[in-house]
This record gives sequence, C-alpha cells and structure tokens, in this order.
Amino acid sequence: MATTATPLQARNIKKRFGTHEVLKGLSLEAHQGDVITLIGASGSGKSTFLRCMNLLEQPDEGELIVHDEPIHFRDTKHGREPMDWKQVERIRAKLSMVFQNFNLWAHMTLLENVIEAPVHVLGKPKKQAIDEARSLLDRVGLLDRADYYPTQMSGGQQQRGAIARALAMDPEVMLFDEPTSALDPELVGDVLKVMRGLADEGRTMILVTHEIAFARDVSSQVIYLHQGVIEESGAPAQVLDDPRSERLRQFLAPKH
Amino acid sequence: MEALTTWWTELLGGNAIFTANTLEFYWNGLTTTIQLVFLSLLIGILLAVPLAIGRGSKHPWIRMPIYAYTYVFRGTPLLIQLYLVYYGVVFFEGIQESMFWPIFREAFYPALMAFTLNTAAYTTEIFRGAIKNTAKGEIEAARAYGMSKPLMLRRIVLPSAFRRALPAYGNEVIFMLHASAVASVVTIMDLTGAAYYVYARFYAPFQAFIFVALIYLCLTFSVMFVFRRLERRLLAHLRPREG
Repeated sequence: MATTATPLQARNIKKRFGTHEVLKGLSLEAHQGDVITLIGASGSGKSTFLRCMNLLEQPDEGELIVHDEPIHFRDTKHGREPMDWKQVERIRAKLSMVFQNFNLWAHMTLLENVIEAPVHVLGKPKKQAIDEARSLLDRVGLLDRADYYPTQMSGGQQQRGAIARALAMDPEVMLFDEPTSALDPELVGDVLKVMRGLADEGRTMILVTHEIAFARDVSSQVIYLHQGVIEESGAPAQVLDDPRSERLRQFLAPKH
Repeated sequence: MEALTTWWTELLGGNAIFTANTLEFYWNGLTTTIQLVFLSLLIGILLAVPLAIGRGSKHPWIRMPIYAYTYVFRGTPLLIQLYLVYYGVVFFEGIQESMFWPIFREAFYPALMAFTLNTAAYTTEIFRGAIKNTAKGEIEAARAYGMSKPLMLRRIVLPSAFRRALPAYGNEVIFMLHASAVASVVTIMDLTGAAYYVYARFYAPFQAFIFVALIYLCLTFSVMFVFRRLERRLLAHLRPREG
C-alpha cells in the first residue's frame, strides 16, 4: 500500500457513561504498519477507547481522523453523534474489528461469514470474494472448515475465522478487542501466531490485550491506560521493561 | 369424470353415508379449508414481518399501536373476531353500495379477513421475540463491518430471527388449521361445515366427524412434515456436524 495518509488518528477522545468519565482525553496516532497495543487493568477504558475508534461507542468529545478524513459530529439532545451515518458506515468498512467473543454470524457458514461484508458492503463480485475468502481461510488454516457453521468449531477456530473475515475487507486498520481472552489457554497460541503473521507483513493494527509477552514481541508502541488516562506510552522495551510509574510496575509484576 | 363417479359409487356401494356425493362435499370442504388457511397465513406473514420490526421501534407512536393490535387480537377468541367481522361489515356506511360489497357479501372474505388479522397478530409476536433475541455480538459485528440498518436487517437480523421463529411458527400454522373449523359457523362449507352437513343429513355424528378428524390429522401431519424438513435445512447451524 503506497499511501502516505495516516490510517488512524484519535485526538483528545473523552467518553462518559452517566456521570462516570471513562476516557479522559486520549490521543493516539497509528501510522502505516504500526502495531499499537493498549494494556491496562479492567475498567481502565482500553476497550472503550478501541470501540470509540470505529464508533461502536460515541465519544463525547474529541476528533477521529481515518485515512486523513475527519469524522463530522453534531450535538443533539441525546448527546453528540455523527453528522452523517453513511460516512461512518464507509469508515467502519475500512476498520475491521476482531471481537473478544468472535461474533461470527451464527446462521452462516464460515465462508459465508467471510464473504458477507465484502459482497454486501463493498459490493465485490461474489465469485471474486469467494476466491479471496478461500485463500484467506487457507492462510489461517481453516480451508477445510469453510462449510462449517460457527457453533461447529472451537473457539480458536472461530477467532481465526473472524480474523479471516476482518482481512477480507482489506482494512486500513485492524482493531483487536481482547482477541484471546475468551479462549482456552491451549487455543491462544494459534490465534497469536496468525496475528504475528499480520504484524510481520506490515498490517496496521490496534490491539487490546492481556498477553504482555505477545505485546512486547509485536508492538511498535505500547500504551498503558489507567482510569481513562494514558499513563505511559512508548516503545515496548521502554514501557514494558523499564516502566516509570509504580502502578505500571505493579500491573506488570507476576501475579503469583 | 363420469367414469370416476361410477367407480366411486361402486367402491362405496357397501355403505349409505360415504357416497360419491358426500365425498365430494368433503372434498370441497377440504379445498375451502386449505384456501382459507393458506391465504390467511400468507397475507398474515406478509403483514407480520413489517409489524414485528415496527413493534420494536424506539418511537412509541409506531410501537404502541402495533402492540395494541396484537394485544387485542391475541386477547379475544377467534370466533368472536369472526362474528364481529362477518356481522360488522354491514355497519360500515355505504359498503353495500360500494365495489367491495360483492366481496364482503360472501362469508369467505370476512372469514379470511378475521383469520388473517388473527394470525398476523400471533405471528408478529413470534417474530418480535425472535428479532429481539438476535445475539448482540452479531449485531455489533454487522455495525462494525459497515452495514447500514436496512442491510443489517435484511442480511443478519431477519434471516437469523426467521430461523429461530420456525418451530413456533410451525405451531401457529397448525393452530390456524384447527382454528379454521370455526369458519363453519358463518355458513362456510369448509371441512367442518361439510362434516356437519353429512351429520345433519344422515344423523351419523360419529362417522361424519371421525372422518373429518382423520382428514385434519393428515393435514396436520403434512404441515409437521414440511416444517420438520425446513428445520432440518435452516437450523443446520444449531446441530453438531454429521459425519
């Protein structure tokens, strides 16, 4: 991708749930090929921050710029919302999300899941979408599962399938929301291996995870969130191996 | 046709009740019942889909009238609804002079209308429940992949909801088939009407009604068979993989 545009910028994102302020002005800039990892205790706002980036949550304040295109907001009596939902839909199609609980569409086979959005959102010819989907499924090691329904597969297979579904959109940025947290320990490895491959080929990724070792390995930047504030941020070696704050030291300390 | 009639009569020569003539009565009753039930189910389901979607609207002025409608039609007996439509149409000013009168003068159409409104009310609630139970994560994934609301409804929510609704809807079809027996009280010669006629003519209640019960049984089994096949096909995603 020979593009000079910045895939994703978030500036001063704030979000309240009722009176509780979950995000207190967070910024992030993902350049081409960046792998940015968000870590932090539960409740620190890392998933909410990620979900603000594709507007599954509406930020109350702040700017979002995807591929140099700012998203326009307006104030309504229900709070701030996007001015143009068509723009949001178009931008979401550039930001594929991989969820903690996979969220594959249960009534569709794996192959149908992978071609669904390319065909019906991007308007790709079905034949081409199927060919691409099959090579993506091959890549995540699930070509023999193409005709299976999600409930007929293990969690690890479903998550790798969900990654194939995300890749089928050829996204600007891939958003991973705790992709291994719902998996049995022995299934985590396969999913991480696929994700490592994506990082190696230069995909721009933003990732919420508890897998610190993996974060150290693949990230270009690690962001540590605490109570809705970016407490530390920088290269993994700096943040993870030489934390400045006591809090981050405690967070990274072995639990037993 | 004539040869067939003779053949029947010879075959049935041994009894006085089930002659070619009465069998023809049953046959016409059967076609009337099937027409009535099939048409009301068809129109009912076409009404129920948009109503079920509207029933979940966030705007109370869309949601509430639909709820009132389903509440009233599920809360009162079908027979009363049938009486109200059948006897009630004439109270509409000028309907007897209008172009609709030839339609509503026949008992068939008021009955069709009552049945349709009744089954649409039940079907709306069945679909409403199924739509409401769509997995939140699947809807979220649809949004995250850039689907507009209509596209999400068409590709994700409705296909998944219809599958979930299938077993309950199958029961509704059987329920309508059996409930359609009340059509005979407004002079419609449906299956039950035919049975009543045979009973009255020969004073043979058991033969007349047992025979009609057997026909209803066959119809019910056919409906169950069709739905079993549909469920096998459409609910494959809920079963473990075979082989």
